[in-house]
Amino acid sequence: MQIYVCVKHVPDTAANIKVVGENGFDDAGCKFVANPYDEYGVEQAVQLVEKNGGEVIIVTLGKPAAVASIRAAMAMGAHRGILVTVEDQFVDSQITAKALAAAIGQDGKADLIFTGKGAVDTEGFQTLYRLAAAMNLPVVNEINKMDMADGKAIVGREIGGGARERIEVSLPCVLGATKGLNDPRYPKFPDIMKAKKKPVKEIAMADLGICADAPASELLKLEKVPERSGAKMLEGDVRQAVEELVRVLKEEEKVI
Amino acid sequence: MATIGVLIETEEGKVKETNFGVLTAARQTGSDTIIALLLDGSADNAKDVLGQYGAGKVVQVSVSSGDMSTSPDLAARALAAAIENFSLDALFGLASAIGRDLFARLAALKDLPLVSDCVAVDLAAKTVKKSHFSGKTTATIKLSAEVLLFALRPNAVEAVEAPTEAAVETFAAAVEDPGQVKVVETKKEAADSVDLTEAAVIVTGGRPIAKAENYKILEECAHLLGGTIGASRAAVDAGFAPHSMQVGQTGKTVSPRLYIGCGLSGSVQHFAGMKTSKVIVAINTDKDAPIFEKCDYGIVGDLFEVVPALTEVLKEKL
Ligand SMILES: Cc1cc2nc3c(=O)[nH]c(=O)nc-3n(C[C@H](O)[C@H](O)[C@H](O)COP(=O)(O)OP(=O)(O)OC[C@H]3O[C@@H](n4cnc5c(N)ncnc54)[C@H](O)[C@@H]3O)c2cc1C
Ligand SMILES: Nc1ncnc2c1ncn2[C@@H]1O[C@H](COP(=O)(O)O)[C@@H](O)[C@H]1O
Repeated sequence: MQIYVCVKHVPDTAANIKVVGENGFDDAGCKFVANPYDEYGVEQAVQLVEKNGGEVIIVTLGKPAAVASIRAAMAMGAHRGILVTVEDQFVDSQITAKALAAAIGQDGKADLIFTGKGAVDTEGFQTLYRLAAAMNLPVVNEINKMDMADGKAIVGREIGGGARERIEVSLPCVLGATKGLNDPRYPKFPDIMKAKKKPVKEIAMADLGICADAPASELLKLEKVPERSGAKMLEGDVRQAVEELVRVLKEEEKVI
Repeated sequence: MATIGVLIETEEGKVKETNFGVLTAARQTGSDTIIALLLDGSADNAKDVLGQYGAGKVVQVSVSSGDMSTSPDLAARALAAAIENFSLDALFGLASAIGRDLFARLAALKDLPLVSDCVAVDLAAKTVKKSHFSGKTTATIKLSAEVLLFALRPNAVEAVEAPTEAAVETFAAAVEDPGQVKVVETKKEAADSVDLTEAAVIVTGGRPIAKAENYKILEECAHLLGGTIGASRAAVDAGFAPHSMQVGQTGKTVSPRLYIGCGLSGSVQHFAGMKTSKVIVAINTDKDAPIFEKCDYGIVGDLFEVVPALTEVLKEKL
């Protein structure tokens, strides 16, 4: 099987984000990781190839530093990587998807494509749908269960309120992974060393014939959300504190 | 003047309350032509309540062949046809599990810009606000296209009534099911459980909840507030709650009006999933617990005493 996994290089969710200028952030000063949801996709792909044979290829669009997330995914068992390089910090999902589709199309024939359910930096929740449309493939997102039979994938997904769906989707397809699908492995030291020698092909986005001018969605402004500055403590015995809480929530905050 | 469509979600045939905030947001753009679209449920039943929130027209969308409830691609195609038929300038909806999926399918199908999980829309300026970096920053995004798609974060815009007389219409979309994605089974857990991501009030129990049964204590309190219960990863990992209840970086992202955290230390990963809540209350035995640094109101005390006391007071005062 030839399985492609789209992995985005994103700031760690625990990292502090320092806004720079109108619509940028200090990416040199913050720790980056492979998007956590994409790791479930990597693990699933590696397990499928361990069982059925084949190759797992990581595809990333980002600045040159994003190669670190490709290496991390290769340490988990992926075979090689493709890095589509851009200069911008933010590339909108319509352009990203077209570039990812072009990079995959140019590389080979996909039996399956995994992504994460969403990127934890820009929280777009759509790139995989656009990728699927660009490649004329079906797509299912937020899968936490997967089997394959009769040329189909049978996937499970949660739809809120504890409800679950079971979905049949024809292959090849694009699947967005989320927690519950598997337990992503922690690479061991020798795997990390081996990953350094695995091939990564770099392609500039412009060389894929994708134009990044005039995006349909454009980040105008990025603003820090002010942190809460500490709680107002409600004093007294339990009964007093709770009565005061109910009063404040009702009369001042008007949330109950 | 813009014509705005609002996709209405129903549950067992009833209009979900979270839709009213979406109708309000659509109205607040200044548009006086709000068309509510229903793919399920019945427009006749929904007409009065949707009119209450300013929908002048309520449209029952149907397809000639296939079943939209088991084919999200068919539903997306029907919506695309409705956008064309009613010459919509924008389509609003909910960023629920179903809504997020449907809007993304529609956006990909028509190659239109979509902002999922947005919290404020300025249609005249074509700008929209949403969270970036798990609630640490707010992004303002400029859109340029003929038709714009917005899936709003549940409860982001408070519902305000604006009664009008709604007229019911039907629209039969001439679309076909590509037939590649088929929902073969839908299983519900508890019939009355409010979806965590759409709940207006959430009461969460952390590791000290100690057993699954103890969530009943929180549930009683949450029900009085019209809300539901959540859990931290520590509680989920210990087997006290299912993963569907987990809030945080690797669980659900929620944004209720009121979030009451009971026995939570206040980890960055938990806060990544709930820091955009309007009001956060913490109950913790340790007066130095980090959560008190990043919430609005705090009570130092044992959750097994404070929560039952809160339930009592709510019974008396609500
Ligand atoms: C990659 C990664 C992802 C993660 N994702 C998530 C996630 O999605 N969601 C999540 O929640 N966590 C997540 N975590 C875990 C997170 O770091 C914390 O470990 C976890 O949130 C702690 O849960 P807790 O607050 O319930 O428990 P604890 O940290 O153990 O805190 C319990 C608190 O309860 C107080 N307490 C004790 N007894 C009582 C009592 N009787 N009454 C009142 N208060 C009491 C204590 O003083 C303490 O402050 C993640 C961690 C990592 C590394
Ligand atoms: N720049 C990128 N490079 C590689 N994969 C990406 C990129 N952006 C998005 N993706 C993939 O698409 C999924 C959804 O992203 P998003 O729509 O941005 O939330 C992510 O989980 C990734 O798997």
